[in-house]
Amino acid sequence: MSKVRVLVGTRKGAFILTADGKRDKWDVSGPHFAGWEMYHLKGSPADPNRVYASQTSGWFGQIIQRSDDGGRIWHQPGTPPGETPAPGPPKAVSNKFVYDSAAKPLTTHQWYDGTQHPWEFKRVWHLEPSLTDPDTVYAGVEDAAIFRSTDGGKNWKELPGLRGHGTGPKWQPGAGGMCLHTIILDPSNPQRIWIAISAAGAFRTDDGGKTWKPINRGLRSQYIPDPNAEIGHCVHHIAMNPSRPGILFMQKHWDVMRSDDAGDNWREISGNLPTDFGFVIDVHAHEPETIYVVPIKSDGEHYVHEGKLRVYRSRTGGNEWEALTKGLPQSNCYVDVLRDAMAVDSLDKCGIYFGTTGGQVYASADAGDSWAPIVRDLPGVLSVEVQTLA
Amino acid sequence: MIRVALPYHLRTLAQLRSDVEVEVAGPVTQRSVLDALEARYPMLRGTIRDHVTQQRRPFLRFFACEEDLSHEPPDAPLPDAVASGKEPFIVIGAIAGG
Repeated sequence: MSKVRVLVGTRKGAFILTADGKRDKWDVSGPHFAGWEMYHLKGSPADPNRVYASQTSGWFGQIIQRSDDGGRIWHQPGTPPGETPAPGPPKAVSNKFVYDSAAKPLTTHQWYDGTQHPWEFKRVWHLEPSLTDPDTVYAGVEDAAIFRSTDGGKNWKELPGLRGHGTGPKWQPGAGGMCLHTIILDPSNPQRIWIAISAAGAFRTDDGGKTWKPINRGLRSQYIPDPNAEIGHCVHHIAMNPSRPGILFMQKHWDVMRSDDAGDNWREISGNLPTDFGFVIDVHAHEPETIYVVPIKSDGEHYVHEGKLRVYRSRTGGNEWEALTKGLPQSNCYVDVLRDAMAVDSLDKCGIYFGTTGGQVYASADAGDSWAPIVRDLPGVLSVEVQTLA
Repeated sequence: MIRVALPYHLRTLAQLRSDVEVEVAGPVTQRSVLDALEARYPMLRGTIRDHVTQQRRPFLRFFACEEDLSHEPPDAPLPDAVASGKEPFIVIGAIAGG
């Protein structure tokens, strides 16, 4: 029977939630890495037992963790616990993220006050394992850049073409920092990758990461001097159904957007949403025109609108939205749902999952018609991913 | 042997239950002690000092013998009591929050 494994990153540790295909009884494992900020965990599509995790701390910096057994036992790649290291320089430094100095002319980006500021590594926001090779994994980091490991996370190398393509001095941090938070791999074209940065915008490579181009035509942002600029848009998240590569859905700071041409052009699909500010967006696993968002009141009030936790679903690819409320609190609720905190499984009846800053993880086993909490009282949730297991 | 006291989260990372002892050949300094520590426990690389600059991470402090040594040069000799193993070299998280 099929199973699902939900990987939850929180402000104080990671949790792994498992259930059978009915998704009504859950086992909860954790906290793993108790006390650490767990920005993101994600399993390899090529080997579901291979799970990567980003463990961070303002005191101790970045750690990369890896499990080869579905999240029971973890280690820092290249430094197995309990082994005495061989003499000499280490062969693996899995938490060493050093910007490539070849990424000229990028030594600075724009700071909050408009002055130039040097790139400084802070943390890994997002880990995206390869679709075909368990040892290849991409990392989106703050300050914004993309790194790749081809040895299971032991060593990391920047793909410098992204920062080096020319607009970097105009990139600026959003409220959460200047983070590269979205990485989407094209299942139909291994040379194509989409990424998104707050607040620079969306970019695409068509040559495996050597060169990148901004893909922000159609985005409009009132908080930058030229609202239609090529760069500077605060893209919060992008989602794509793997069965339709190139059809992209975006939750921008404000505005929900759609592209039908791999990001070359975007159009707004906010339609009848009560507010189109938000962070998460995702696509039904089997109905590629069915999309989900969680509207947040505003960028000054990072909680749900009217004290009601509502997921909005569009079955028409945008513009026409319905509120999904069954099982969700409809009064006195003031949580947020952060950008990487929604995921969908691929069971026949698509499951939708999201986590809140209040520590609840909700699941719907019927594509959003009804919801139930898996857990209610975790630390604030930073990310949610789900693995559908045979 | 030099005794090093680590904060809880670094002890957990290195799977240590208590203070760690490291052997240092030559002068006992912040740099030589941390080099020895990282060689024995490579999972700690980058968590105390920046990978590239080798500077102390900003939210960590170094104490020993009731003194704050955080701003001492990395190659300055540590107190004799640390070098003899009588007192630990303490890596501690800076106080933050409330």
